[in-house]
Amino acid sequence: MKEEIVSKVLEGDSRAIARMITLVENHSKEASSLMKEIHRYTGSAHIIGVTGVMGSGKSTLIAELTRLYRKNGKKVGIIAIDPTSPFSGGALLGDRVRMTELILDKEVFIRSMGTRGMLGGLAGAVYDVVEILDASGKDVILVETVGVGQAEVDIIKIADTTVVVIVPGLGDSVQTMKAGVMEIADIYVVNKADHPGIDQTVMEIENLVELSSNPNTPIIKTIAKTGEGVSDLLEAISQHQKYLETEGELEEKRKIRYEAELIEIIRNHLLDMIYDESIVKQRIDTIVDRILSKETDPYTAAEEILGRILK
Amino acid sequence: MSRKIRVLIAKPGLDGHDRGAKVVARALRDAGMEVIYTGLHQTPEMIVETAVQEDVDVIGLSLLSGAHMTLFTDVISLLKEKGMEDVIVVGGGIIPDEDIPKLKKIGVAEIFGPGTLVEDIVSFIEKHVKREDR
Ligand SMILES: Nc1nc2c(ncn2[C@@H]2O[C@H](COP(=O)(O)OP(=O)(O)OP(=O)(O)O)[C@@H](O)[C@H]2O)c(=O)[nH]1
Ligand SMILES: [Mg+2]
Repeated sequence: MKEEIVSKVLEGDSRAIARMITLVENHSKEASSLMKEIHRYTGSAHIIGVTGVMGSGKSTLIAELTRLYRKNGKKVGIIAIDPTSPFSGGALLGDRVRMTELILDKEVFIRSMGTRGMLGGLAGAVYDVVEILDASGKDVILVETVGVGQAEVDIIKIADTTVVVIVPGLGDSVQTMKAGVMEIADIYVVNKADHPGIDQTVMEIENLVELSSNPNTPIIKTIAKTGEGVSDLLEAISQHQKYLETEGELEEKRKIRYEAELIEIIRNHLLDMIYDESIVKQRIDTIVDRILSKETDPYTAAEEILGRILK
Repeated sequence: MSRKIRVLIAKPGLDGHDRGAKVVARALRDAGMEVIYTGLHQTPEMIVETAVQEDVDVIGLSLLSGAHMTLFTDVISLLKEKGMEDVIVVGGGIIPDEDIPKLKKIGVAEIFGPGTLVEDIVSFIEKHVKREDR
């Protein structure tokens, strides 16, 4: 069973890829042994992160980029992340609405993911899913972060190339940039260039970029809806990829990703152990009751639980 | 361990109404499920390919167009072809009463007609999804 799923994933079989993703997303028992098998087959895909405010056109842009990559014969994986409701744990995953044209292409694999409690615009299992798609032979992996108020900065821990999408007219896009996005973009896209105010927005961004630590960051105008400018974006992405490869920066990017992944795995393990320890052996609500009645305090209780685990 | 029910809500056919589908999608989300929403005009091939990639437990088809017999038949036979018989297929929308037994015979798990309470859809799904292997 395990050998079969791994070998099918390596052949690029959609059903096996999908099944393995479910296993890692659900933290099932087989997941880690499967992940161990595939790591050695990873490393050849170019990972592109696409971030930007809600409705800025990330999904539409990804669909257009994918169309162009397919014309060039590249195999594409897409990970589209939407927020999980912190109240119900459910999620409405709607990015596929913009990707209808790609569904029947056998060399395109699209997976929608909920954040499932992960902060920073990513989904908990996204590192694993990137590895699975990479091992399955995809040449390009596009990761769409959730589009909340701000661009989500954690994407740089995964992506080789980070694309920040901005739309004209909204003063808050520029505000967003000031709030930290300046540091993460390898490429800016000003999308919805058919809207009024485009030149104003481009000028504002140029000004900010010139003052930033990366004054040469490209700014590309696109109309994702019609595909206009998307080939320029593709060109900027491959320029960036070349730069990463020739300057030895790719290794640095990958190290950042593996470090983040490693910490994520350890964190998940510890959390699982804590829950096993405190919920199964000594119900967590009795501990909470003891905190409530001032019999103990949160710090002492936390130290006790950790002490038992780390022994 | 932290298994989550995944549901594909699709709207095949040519009519442009998806309000009902969206209401159901939101209700399932609020019940803690992950709902993949694909929009309008999906063909059976597109629906089943999406179900494969998203590895869903349930496919919910919303229909108003009258072509329900062929659409369901096609979806179910494509699922079989892909070895995905364990996916539960349900339908909603306007489907004549006399067709419901025929649909169930070809493998549709349930039809939720107009006026169905969303709570009933939620509990039906929770009861029937039992792939504990994941
Ligand atoms: N006028 C215009 N509309 C666009 C353009 N690109 C995308 N849109 C529209 O903008 C809306 C949002 O596009 P999406 O691609 O869903 O945006 P998104 O950033 O993925 O949205 P979220 O995932 O919800 O954050 C859709 O109605 C698109 O058709 C564009 O260049 N011009
Ligand atoms: Mg989107």
